[in-house]
Amino acid sequence: MTHTDPVISHQDIVAAIRASTADVFATMLGLEITAEDMQTEPAVTAAPSSGVVSLIGLAGNWCGTGSLACTLAFACRMATHLVATPYDSVNEDVLDAAGEITNMIIGNVKTVLEEKVGPMGLSSPTVIYGRNFQTRSARIHEWIIVPFTCGEERLFVQMCLAPNPDSRSRNGNKGTLRAGFQVPQVLTG
Amino acid sequence: MLDILIVDDSAAIRKILQRVLRQSEIPIGNIFEAADGNEAIAALKAQHIGLMLSDINMPNMNGLELLSHVKSSESWKNVPVVMVSTEGSQAKVLEAVQLGAAGYVRKPFNADEIKEKLAKFF
Repeated sequence: MTHTDPVISHQDIVAAIRASTADVFATMLGLEITAEDMQTEPAVTAAPSSGVVSLIGLAGNWCGTGSLACTLAFACRMATHLVATPYDSVNEDVLDAAGEITNMIIGNVKTVLEEKVGPMGLSSPTVIYGRNFQTRSARIHEWIIVPFTCGEERLFVQMCLAPNPDSRSRNGNKGTLRAGFQVPQVLTG
Repeated sequence: MLDILIVDDSAAIRKILQRVLRQSEIPIGNIFEAADGNEAIAALKAQHIGLMLSDINMPNMNGLELLSHVKSSESWKNVPVVMVSTEGSQAKVLEAVQLGAAGYVRKPFNADEIKEKLAKFF
């Protein structure tokens, strides 16, 4: 039996990320944000980096991870604008804000992509922060990275999405998927 | 005046909704908060809640499970529940409405959207 599975293209993901990020920043933060050209990152990299990385999982007929990465200073700025309270250092409120901004951006990307590939569940966000932490990307699939600029700062919204092998194996197809996440090495601070 | 319960696992969203409600002209009594469905049930038992705003994706008990629980309870079935969520698919909105949601606001939202949705309850 042959069948054509719906496919999500890089262009689909990039367009959804750009629209969702602009909407969240305009509506909830009152900040103007400008998208840069998409990057893809197939390489496994490991180098010290600093900042905030917020991760959220997606699962359905397609599954993967979405993430948002920025410097500690920009995380404080986002929280300040989101909650209308000044933050000049990272604390629970700043991390919660980063997680919720990730939830809204990736959640809205999910809603757009669901029209092609069916429903996907969304995990609670996990937020990692610090200075000089190293990362390993245990990945098979390519990450799509959409950088944004907001004043002097940069924000990276990333997504790695692939057909769910469990979903495909029910149809007799085999596949493997290892989850991993990519931290942009341009985060320094 | 109605007492309102805000249910969301994000403290930031709870703060934003509190601010929107307090800055509106809606005649609000007390505002209570819960971080998940279980905390919301505890608040419903302890307080006289007149209206709920609830997220969907939350740990322990999600918003649709909470909605179902509230609508099947003799004590709380008439409490209006407005969902506030990133879940924006037609299927999810329909599911919420079929479970008894009185309204649905997608995140991201602005203050006017919240005020518009709540105006009919006051």
